[in-house]
Amino acid sequence: MIKLNLILFALAIVSALGTVTSQHKARKLYIELQQQQELVRQYDVEWGQLQLEQSTWAMHARIEQIATGHLQMQVPDTARIQAVAPGGAH
Amino acid sequence: MAIAQPIILLPAWRRRTLLIVVLMCFVVLLGRAVYLQGLHTDFLQQKGDARYSRTLKLSAHRGMMADRNGEALAISTPVESVWASPPDVTINPDQLKKLAQLLHVKPSEVGKKLENSEREFVYLKRRMPPEEAARVMQLGIPGIFLQREYRRFYPAGDVAAHLIGFTGIEDNGQEGVELVYNDWLSGKQGSRRVIKDRQGHIIEDQEAVKVPQDGHDLVLSIDRKIQYLAHRELARAVEQHKARAGAIVVLDAKTGEVLAISNQPSYNPNNPVNITGRSRNRAIVDTFEPGSTLKPFTAAAVLEAGTFRPDTMIDTGNGSLTIGKATIHDPHPANALDVAHVIQKSSNIGAAKMALSLKPQVLWGMFNQMGFGAPVPVGFPGEATGRLRPWQHWQPIEQATMAYGHGISVSLLQLVRAYGVFANDGEIKPVSLLKIKEAPIGQHVISVQTAREVRAMLELVVQPGGTAPKAQVMGYRVAGKTGTAHKLINGEYAEDRYVSSFVGMAPASSPRLIIAVMIDEPSDGQYYGGAVAAPVFSAVMGDALRMLAVPQDAPTNNVVIPPDDAPEVKEVV
Repeated sequence: MIKLNLILFALAIVSALGTVTSQHKARKLYIELQQQQELVRQYDVEWGQLQLEQSTWAMHARIEQIATGHLQMQVPDTARIQAVAPGGAH
Repeated sequence: MAIAQPIILLPAWRRRTLLIVVLMCFVVLLGRAVYLQGLHTDFLQQKGDARYSRTLKLSAHRGMMADRNGEALAISTPVESVWASPPDVTINPDQLKKLAQLLHVKPSEVGKKLENSEREFVYLKRRMPPEEAARVMQLGIPGIFLQREYRRFYPAGDVAAHLIGFTGIEDNGQEGVELVYNDWLSGKQGSRRVIKDRQGHIIEDQEAVKVPQDGHDLVLSIDRKIQYLAHRELARAVEQHKARAGAIVVLDAKTGEVLAISNQPSYNPNNPVNITGRSRNRAIVDTFEPGSTLKPFTAAAVLEAGTFRPDTMIDTGNGSLTIGKATIHDPHPANALDVAHVIQKSSNIGAAKMALSLKPQVLWGMFNQMGFGAPVPVGFPGEATGRLRPWQHWQPIEQATMAYGHGISVSLLQLVRAYGVFANDGEIKPVSLLKIKEAPIGQHVISVQTAREVRAMLELVVQPGGTAPKAQVMGYRVAGKTGTAHKLINGEYAEDRYVSSFVGMAPASSPRLIIAVMIDEPSDGQYYGGAVAAPVFSAVMGDALRMLAVPQDAPTNNVVIPPDDAPEVKEVV
């Protein structure tokens, strides 16, 4: 009887220690999750800001102004545009 | 050694008195405790909480709006709002000065806000760039906090302002698509109740954090490149002709998606101030009398009814026709024209005679099936219905004038959708402002043969001898129709005010795009649709087709401009 009790006691100790360890691990992982989520949010914000920056720099009015004014480019005459059908057939 | 002291017996009442006094003190304390804990607890708890616990709002991210190719049209990025809890603030005049400088406001103004110690929440400055807000926090003044909010930016600016609309300071849609899809775009705000110490540091959460739910993204049907093109050409024409306003719609004929929709005058949605009269999306919410752009529908009605064939000759007489008490005119009498040339030359008498060959309900039925008199359900605030009176009340003269687009009013969006019938071999398709995966199936309202016959007539309009040679596009066959109408002012047609329009499609062999242009009150001499609106159509159509890599269906030398001394084919107004 005592033997059985001792075994059960040992098992209880082991499982108690197991609970403590796994809870500790869970907490650490949770903290890490929180940090990663915060990072996701930060990257989201940065992505938004970069999108905004890109589309501000790439405003069509600005591109057009630089192309025609600064780089002296012009749209070719329509007669000089050859449309190529997909598949190479003319 | 020990000296016996005499025992002095104090009177018993002294002991009892002392005991009673002490007990009384306890009773008083107990009573006070009951009063505070039991009767007054709510009030005190509330006051106590107010000292250290705060509910923080967690803003949700509003969804992004993009064009059909994923380019951003509206995007929210975080900004910081600086707020203070005046009872917790301790500040010296030097810090106050620095703070005011960083906030770009007067020190006296900040001081006044901070003196108001009854409130525990005052905004010092809303929506600051995050870097500037960080500098405010570096001052280390206790009782001053940041709150993250989102500000909406519109990278396309005035180019797509009318369609997209804008949001107000609380991040709710005020106009346009922002308003219609507000629930979809905006997320749910979260909150967090925390305990803070005297320095304003968060010590712990009091209850579970309500995580904010972000809004959804929205993909519109418009193409930012074509939108810019349409905006640029329309703005140029409105300026050149000193017009009051203008609108343009570019529709994908195959899918019914709106590729561009632009209005003049426009405004900057990033800073919407003084926008009265500028924020209307005229193409959708305003109606006008379309004039001759309605003639093709009259032609379609008579072809369907079988009362005319494309080559049936119509006697247009000497240029005037009297119906009842009223007389209608053609400025360039041509004696006899067939149906195709009635459309090409835009003859009012021809159109009127065609209309009068039909019963009123047949013509009404055609207009009704084309969607006139009913709003185009695209999901936009204030979609115009237009005016199509019930046929039971039509007089013959009204039936005749309606044949060429007077006494009826439509929106530009209704008009462009109705022209889709000729582009899609008789099928009317639903119109969409959102990108769709596959082309919807429309309803067949006229026969394939009629649709093709009318389309062929519309091709004549842009040929020399028609009203709109300026609508031609190099390399593509174009079909379209001009319209020039006197404006209705207080129920009377104004002599010198016009609405010029052009609606057309290309390539005519298998139309891909339909474009409708409307210029309101051009007042620099020219006012014919063929001179004012057609060049805008041509410029936008040509570039848009090339951008979409639509194969050409005509040689590049197809544009035939009539010689300068050729008589201009004037449209009837």
